[in-house]
Amino acid sequence: MASKPKDVLFDPVFKNNPIALQILGICSALAVTSKMETTVVMCIAVIFVVAFSNAAVALIRHQIPSSIRIIVQMTIIASLVILVDQFLRAYLFDISKQLSVFVGLIITNCIVMGRAEGFAMKNNVKDSFLDGIGNGLGYSFILLAVGFVRELFGSGKLFGYEIAKVTTDGGWYVPNGLMLLPPSAFFLIGLLIWIIRTAYPDQVEEA
Amino acid sequence: MAEHYLGLFMKSVFVENLALAFFLGMCTFLAVSKNVKTATGLGIAVIVIQTITVPANNLIYQHLLKEGTLDWISSDFSTVDLTFVGLISYIGVIAAMVQILEMTLDRFFPPLYNALGIFLPLITVNCAILGGTLFMVERDYNFPESVVFGFGSGLGWALAIMALAGIREKLKYSDVPHGLRGLGITFITVGLMALAFMAFGGIQL
Repeated sequence: MASKPKDVLFDPVFKNNPIALQILGICSALAVTSKMETTVVMCIAVIFVVAFSNAAVALIRHQIPSSIRIIVQMTIIASLVILVDQFLRAYLFDISKQLSVFVGLIITNCIVMGRAEGFAMKNNVKDSFLDGIGNGLGYSFILLAVGFVRELFGSGKLFGYEIAKVTTDGGWYVPNGLMLLPPSAFFLIGLLIWIIRTAYPDQVEEA
Repeated sequence: MAEHYLGLFMKSVFVENLALAFFLGMCTFLAVSKNVKTATGLGIAVIVIQTITVPANNLIYQHLLKEGTLDWISSDFSTVDLTFVGLISYIGVIAAMVQILEMTLDRFFPPLYNALGIFLPLITVNCAILGGTLFMVERDYNFPESVVFGFGSGLGWALAIMALAGIREKLKYSDVPHGLRGLGITFITVGLMALAFMAFGGIQL
């Protein structure tokens, strides 16, 4: 594991991406990416939770008895997610409705749990916090890429603003309905993984 | 009445399949589907956990957390709404159930216990389990409905992972482009499966 703060922060974005390489946190990646707006909110929520839960776990890592560490981690994560959930309900109610159960599901997002268990239990608070942000960014990178393609090609919009006028409104662009359906996220992530692994061939696994 | 439950069951297995319609539990779904045997074991574990936790959480929600349900302690509590601590209590129940299942398997079925390995504790963070509970809360199911829904959604998830494992076993013999091998092609396979499952979407039950 790299020890320089910069490496800790940026490694997870490309070289050790949580979604593309570690197969973590895929569930929410698929369900919330049909629009950029929800994607961005989801990304911020995940970065917040992963960074602070990492820092909190690292802070008390010497006090946690290893037999109950999972429960302690779960409680920390669940408390942070409840904070996020209540905040979204208060200030961004529409988006909170669209995200529905997926805000709650950040608790079971394997990235959060995986980083708490795999990194924060062994490292100091500062590194853990940076690692949390780095992994959050790696997750966001994939989500934003997928969300961008899906909204642009699926409805000709970005953040709800019209980029290409669709034919139903008298424009020229025939929207690709498949992009709005959940399976398209699979194809896009599959292709993204292909690109990343062509760039870093050592990530290819022999299946 | 029986028709209602049968409809709910079919709906939770096929139309609203947790894995292929809502993409829950994807981490384990992709990681443990390399061969049919392990996938079947995990599928059964998920069915069992799901059938126990969804009704258990349903009782907690209906009798402790919902607004006005604490009336039986004293009338002072009749306006208390505890739904915001829901997430912590649901995950607590799930973690406890997984722990119990782990000990049972270790004692009575050691081969399955060894085969599942790290993925057994990871069922705790399997989104399908918590997702099932959250959908139950969102749709306000009553107790019998939650039993049917818990079992149905667990079964749907198990069927999906077994199907994927079957495809991946055959996939070993195909000539996949180098960078796409392993995870990449699995994603695309699951995408196609999900597309196929969308055909159930039009069915009204």
